[in-house]
Amino acid sequence: MISFSHVFKRYRSGFDALSDISITIDDGELVLIMGHSGAGKSTLLKLMAAIERPSSGTVLISGQNTVRLKAAALPFVRRRFGIVFQDHKLLHDRNVFQNVLLPLQIAGFDGRDAARRAHAALDKVELLAKEKAMPITLSGGEQQRVCIARAVVHRPAVLLVDEPTGNLDEAYARSIVGLFAAFHQHGVTVVIATHDRSVAELLPARIVQLGQGRIAA
Amino acid sequence: MRSWLRDHRRALRDAFTRLAASPFASLLSMLVIAIALSLPVALYLSLSQLQSFSRQLSSDPQVSIYLALDADNRDAAGVGQRLRSDPDVGDYRFIARGQALLDLKRSAGMSDVLDNLEHNPLPDAFVVTVRGNRPETLERLRDEAKGWPKVAHVQLDSEWVRKLDAALRLGRTAVAVLGALLAAALVAVTFNTIRLQILTRREEIEVSKLIGATNPFIRRPFLWFGALQGLAGGVLAWIIVALAIYLLNRDIAALAALYSTSFWLSGLSLPDGASLLGWSALLGWLGAWLYVTRHLWRIGAE
Repeated sequence: MISFSHVFKRYRSGFDALSDISITIDDGELVLIMGHSGAGKSTLLKLMAAIERPSSGTVLISGQNTVRLKAAALPFVRRRFGIVFQDHKLLHDRNVFQNVLLPLQIAGFDGRDAARRAHAALDKVELLAKEKAMPITLSGGEQQRVCIARAVVHRPAVLLVDEPTGNLDEAYARSIVGLFAAFHQHGVTVVIATHDRSVAELLPARIVQLGQGRIAA
Repeated sequence: MRSWLRDHRRALRDAFTRLAASPFASLLSMLVIAIALSLPVALYLSLSQLQSFSRQLSSDPQVSIYLALDADNRDAAGVGQRLRSDPDVGDYRFIARGQALLDLKRSAGMSDVLDNLEHNPLPDAFVVTVRGNRPETLERLRDEAKGWPKVAHVQLDSEWVRKLDAALRLGRTAVAVLGALLAAALVAVTFNTIRLQILTRREEIEVSKLIGATNPFIRRPFLWFGALQGLAGGVLAWIIVALAIYLLNRDIAALAALYSTSFWLSGLSLPDGASLLGWSALLGWLGAWLYVTRHLWRIGAE
């Protein structure tokens, strides 16, 4: 379970990204965080994944208060999440397979087991045939799929997705959203931040509306 | 534990790959490290071997008593009698002036010059060793012998060796200072190499941190890279020192022969070589650790 209680986030520049956010996401839930650009969606995801710390308030991840955790403990909190970044964040000097392998290496998986899991994840996103391709040679949609495979390869309890349909055509966006629905059906908690209203039409999700850093509804 | 070992194996493989990926740049860095290491190592070797050589020479300090040129056999017997009655004298050897001239002709290769002399310029001499080799005993004997009849000159033969030993001690201190400075240079070279490595891997570090990599996980490949680079620099330094000694030894042996002695430099012993490799790897590791830790602290603070 993820629980935010009166969370504020102010960046060093003085910009207030989030103000008084209180929200609870139960295990196995499918949640859409909706709002326009700059509404604070990405910041909310970063706080969930313990990438950022709140300026004030409490963030509980499975009962653990991330605000009180030591810096050395944060990586282990992050491993509970799979993150699909808006800009994919693929490593361009590694091939598709090696990119997907990275979270497993970080988690200390045995080589053979890691390879088997990476192949399974690539198979799930239908990119097994391109495992040796370099990311630069893939289309935007394919890069998105590699990013998804990397996010789910270590079987995280929670999948955090930032603007999944940003630059994709409608058909491709539909198939990507379908993947998230499939993960949700397997019991994974899925939190998607998007400004795209069509995603809401495709998914039976709870919608949290953000506006100027506050929960609107 | 197995996971930790697996991670080190992966980091080591990664470090090898990175070194091999830019062989020219890697070789240049290793050469800089090797040169920085070989200089103090070669100086250390030379000085420590010269020091042990000087100790061999000074292991049996002697007092040489030279008689006046007009001293006869009775005078020499008188000095011999005084030496026998001195309880501190362990042993003495009389070298007659004729014998001294013959020895000089044989050892110094100056027979042509010496043959042209009208008379023998060398005096009769006693070479004396004392019990216990205590400096104060040697000095007392030297001072007393100066006052004996027909004694022209008394010389403490170990004095120059002691001066050499003191000079070598000074040299060793200088080597220690130079070594420390060049060790700092090695750390700086590795620091800079890792800085360049991190510049090219900034994206990988960022992504790894975002998806749950710990600082030790990120640090490990760089630490192995620094240690391997330092180790390779150490191996090259060993080779450079061995080559330099090989080239110098012929000239050193020839120079030593002019002084009627034999001296040559030996290369690094196995324990010294292992110590060189250990230190070079450790300093490389330290340079890498300093930069990566600083980088991780900075991105953590951002």
